[in-house]
Parts: sequence; structure tokens; C-alpha cells
Amino acid sequence: MSTERVVNDGIDTAEATRDLMGAERQALEHHDTELEIAPTTAAAVPLKRRGSRGGIANWGPPVAVAVLIVGLWYFVGSVVLEPSKSYLLPPPHEVFAVYFNPKVAPDMYEALWNTAVVALGGLFIAIVLGIVWAVAMNQAKWIERSLYPYAVILQTIPILALVPLIGFWFGFDFAARVIVAILIALFPMVSNTLFGLQSVDAAQRELFTLQRSSRWIVLKKLQFPAALPAIFAGMRISAGLAVVGAIVGDFFFQRGTPGIGALISKYQARLNAEPLFAAIILASLFGVVVFWFFGWFGKRVVGKWYDFA
Amino acid sequence: MAMTDSELATTSTLLDFQNVQLTYPNGTIALSGVDLTVKRGEFVTVVGPSGCGKSTLLRIASGLESSSEGISTVNTKRVGYVFQDATLLPWRNVRANVELLAELQWETQAVRREKAQKAIDLVGLTGFEKHLPRQLSGGMRMRTSLARSLTLDPELFLFDEPFGALDEITREYLNDELLKLFVEQQFAGLFITHSVSEAVYLSTKVMVMSGRPGRIVDTFDVPFPMPRDPDIRYTGEFAALVGEVSHALREGHGA
Ligand SMILES: Nc1ncnc2c1ncn2[C@@H]1O[C@H](COP(=O)(O)OP(=O)(O)OP(=O)(O)O)[C@@H](O)[C@H]1O
Ligand SMILES: [Mg+2]
Repeated sequence: MSTERVVNDGIDTAEATRDLMGAERQALEHHDTELEIAPTTAAAVPLKRRGSRGGIANWGPPVAVAVLIVGLWYFVGSVVLEPSKSYLLPPPHEVFAVYFNPKVAPDMYEALWNTAVVALGGLFIAIVLGIVWAVAMNQAKWIERSLYPYAVILQTIPILALVPLIGFWFGFDFAARVIVAILIALFPMVSNTLFGLQSVDAAQRELFTLQRSSRWIVLKKLQFPAALPAIFAGMRISAGLAVVGAIVGDFFFQRGTPGIGALISKYQARLNAEPLFAAIILASLFGVVVFWFFGWFGKRVVGKWYDFA
Repeated sequence: MAMTDSELATTSTLLDFQNVQLTYPNGTIALSGVDLTVKRGEFVTVVGPSGCGKSTLLRIASGLESSSEGISTVNTKRVGYVFQDATLLPWRNVRANVELLAELQWETQAVRREKAQKAIDLVGLTGFEKHLPRQLSGGMRMRTSLARSLTLDPELFLFDEPFGALDEITREYLNDELLKLFVEQQFAGLFITHSVSEAVYLSTKVMVMSGRPGRIVDTFDVPFPMPRDPDIRYTGEFAALVGEVSHALREGHGA
């Protein structure tokens, strides 16, 4: 048989697959047929966690829980607590009113902004540092052995005890606050990135070895992309922690531009319950937004090929 | 690699194993005294029980592993290797996956594109270039993997049970595709499989390995002409040869 004939056969096959000609082929390649009907949409995407229903099914449950919490809050504040102690738990509408109180709200929003700058600055540095740290450890077992214990110490060290020291060393201002945020947010970035880099399949690695690819190419074209889902999961955890870190730093360092932590500590000292609750809720909501943003961002980047939950 | 390019071009023995032995660092003897040659125009299949060292054989042939004893010679630089799993990069679509090896060889974008498209057409995946691996069936993933190796234009093609995880029908279909490629591209093949009938259908020569440590215990020449007629599977001669190979396999296993 001539080569030409074989080439033709090849093309026929391709066309048969696409045009679904011939019942036999169709039966053989029924997966392909499904794909052809829905080439880029739901094909082969696992059913889990695809919120395709949208609408009420998606936001209904969390809203119901919110209603429940507010109801419970009213109940505890007005029925459970003795009247003499009810100032400890002001009713939700009074807390909510704080956000529109012209004497308090502007300060609070400014403080939130300051905290946001510290948290996002710390987060950014933690992300870069964490990835560099993990990549360095990934280069050789001995580097990993020498550096990993210190990453773990970052996680286990009593940060609260360290915070005053940081204040003495770096001043009680912006820099010290950022450093606290970095310290708290760093570990998840290091451990997640390292886990991601090392999760590469041995056979995929060998594919690159066979082409005599350099370490750098393997990192760039294989390990780093493979690690992206883990890196994004790490970012999401670190983002929440960076916000906590910024507030903790603020709580201790009263100098410089005050953040929401400084406000919280002030309201606490004065037993000013309404703004205290308002500030705490605002700070948590900000954490939620940052967490949610990185979830969304991760989904944007790797969601096409990875089920980023 | 002491050979000059002109020597490389004219040698007809592409792969030559003489008394190859491999002991893994933990003391496992995977291969002992394996003699095997693959010549231009040959499609050699190795069958053997699980764990007898078949993958090890390919790992030595590809250079991923080197033999502890004996001599293994590969007389070409163009070696294709198809792994048991498709090993596609899930973030790359079919085209980008097929382009990978050329990319790692620093080919220009235009050359990569052209090679990839040719290979994609050859394996019958035209129209699926933009699909991600997760959007493909198992058979299509395997074809993508095959296309990726084809871009190297290999003279020696190593296959490690590439169709082992597929259903019978898809497997037979891909066997035919592979034979077509073999006739057309004229590479030499070294194919590992568990399936005796797949071995006989695909190859010009079937080698039977014993249980660990693996040795070649028997060799069968397959007389059926290339390209193969799919219906040959249902002839008495085919069945007889399958029977002989299976018999040798059982004896080797027992030994
Ligand atoms: N890196 C390794 N270190 C130690 N022993 C190994 C290693 N790789 C393989 N082996 C052992 O060597 C033997 C041969 O392995 P190999 O993977 O070559 O078998 P195989 O014939 O390909 O098996 P299968 O058909 O199941 O794929 C097995 O007993 C296996 O346990
Ligand atoms: Mg194997």
C-alpha cells in the first residue's frame, strides 16, 4: 500500500470523527461525539460545585443563616441578658446605625483603609517571599532540610509575644505593622507552594528529563504551573491571615496612622459597645472580601483545568 | 555516542541490548541477561507478567535508567517514548501539549505549530486542538500523547502499555491507527503490553519475558504482512500464534 493511501486514510479518520459519519465509528468514539455536541461547555467537567443553578439557590442559604444570627442576637440581647448588662450586646440596628453615624463612621472607614493598606502590603510581600522560599527549598533536598524547620517555627511561634519586640525594633508605625502581617501570613504560602511544586507527577517530570530540560525550564513550564492551584489556595488562606496580622499589629502599635485594630482597642477601653461591634464586623467583612477575591482570582486563573473550590 | 551522523543514518540496528542487567539501589534485580535488538522496519513487542521489568527495559532504552551490567546501545537521537498514562499537562490544550517537546527543543513558534498540526492530523484529532485534556476521552488523551511523541519524528519509538487502560474497542481502534502510523512514518517500534493478541496483531516480532528477574525466554516472528488486515485477528493462524505465545508466557511465568 502506498504512503499516499495511508495519508488519505488518516484524513478520513479525522473527518469521520468530526462529522460523525458511520454508525460504527460513532459507537467506537462516543465520547468524541458528546464533545462535538458541546465542545467547550459542560463536557467532562465534574458535576460537583458548579453553581449553574444560580439565583436563590446560591445566595439563599447564607442569607437565611444571616437572618437566623440577627434573630438570635436580638433574642439574647433583649431576653437572655439582664437589663443591667444589655449594654454589652447592643441590638443589631444600633450597631448598624454606627456605619452611618457622621461622628464615628468616617474615622472607621479611614481606619479600615489604613488596615487594608497594611494587610495588602504584608500579603504581597508574604506571597513573593513565600514563593521564593518554597522555590529555593525545591531546588535541593539539603536546602529544604535546612530551611523548612524555620518555616514551621514561623507558624508555631507565639506571635503575640513577639509583637511588642517588633515594635521596639522597627518602630510602632507602618513598617512594624506590615512585618506582623507578613509573619502571620507567610507560612501558608511557603508550605502550599512547596507542596504544589512537589506534587508534579514523576512521569511528567521524566518527559522533561528526556528532552534534557534545565531545572529552570522544568520549574517554569512544569512545576510552577502545576503548583498554581496550591499557590492560590495558599494565597487565600494568607489573605485572611494578613488582615488578622494587620489588626493585631495595630492593636499593639498605637503610633502612626491608626488602623481598625487601634479603633477596636480604643472602643474596648471605653466600653463603647456599638462602635466596637461595628468595627469588629467591618474588619471581618474585609477579611471575607479579601478571601473571596483570591478565591475568585484563583478560579479565573486555574479554574479552566482545575476544580478550584 | 561515539558514532558520527553518517554512521547513525546507515546503521539498521537502532536498539541493541546485550546481556543487560539492572539491579535497583534497593537490591531488586529487575532484569537479568536481556538480549534484544530492534532494527529499522521492525515492530518488536515484549509481553511478560506484571513486575517482570518491562518498564525497566524501556527506561534503559530511553536513557532514564542505565544498566548495571551489559551493554545497551541506542543508535539514534530521535527516540519517542509514550508512557503508560497520557501524561498530558492539564493546563495546556491539545495543541500546546503536542507542541511541548518541540518547544523544549527550542524550535521556533512556526516550526512548532507546523509539526504539531501535522501530528494532530495524523492521529485524527483535527478539530480538537483547543480542547483541554479534561475535555477528552481516555482514547483521545492517548492519541494526544502519541501525537506529542510524533513531533520528534522518532526513528525509535518506545511504547509502555499505552493502551492498557482503555477498553477493548478503543484499544483495537488505536492499534489500527498505530499500525497505520508505523507503515507511514517508518519508525522502529518497541512496544510493551500485557495483551498477547495485541502483541501478535501489532508486531513483526514478539518477545516473551519471564517473571522477575526478567529475561527473554522466547521470540516469535510474526509472518503476517504489513499493513495488517484487521480481520486477521479472526483467522486460525492468528489464533494459533496467540496460543503459542500465551503458552510460552505461562511457562516463563512458572519458571
Ligand atoms: N525505582 C525502583 N526501585 C526499586 N525497585 C523498582 C523500581 N522500579 C521498579 N522496581 C521493581 O522492579 C521490578 C520491575 O519493575 P517494572 O516497572 O519494570 O515492571 P513491569 O514489568 O513494567 O510491570 P508492570 O507490567 O506491572 O508495569 C518490579 O518488581 C518493581 O517492583
Ligand atoms: Mg510497567
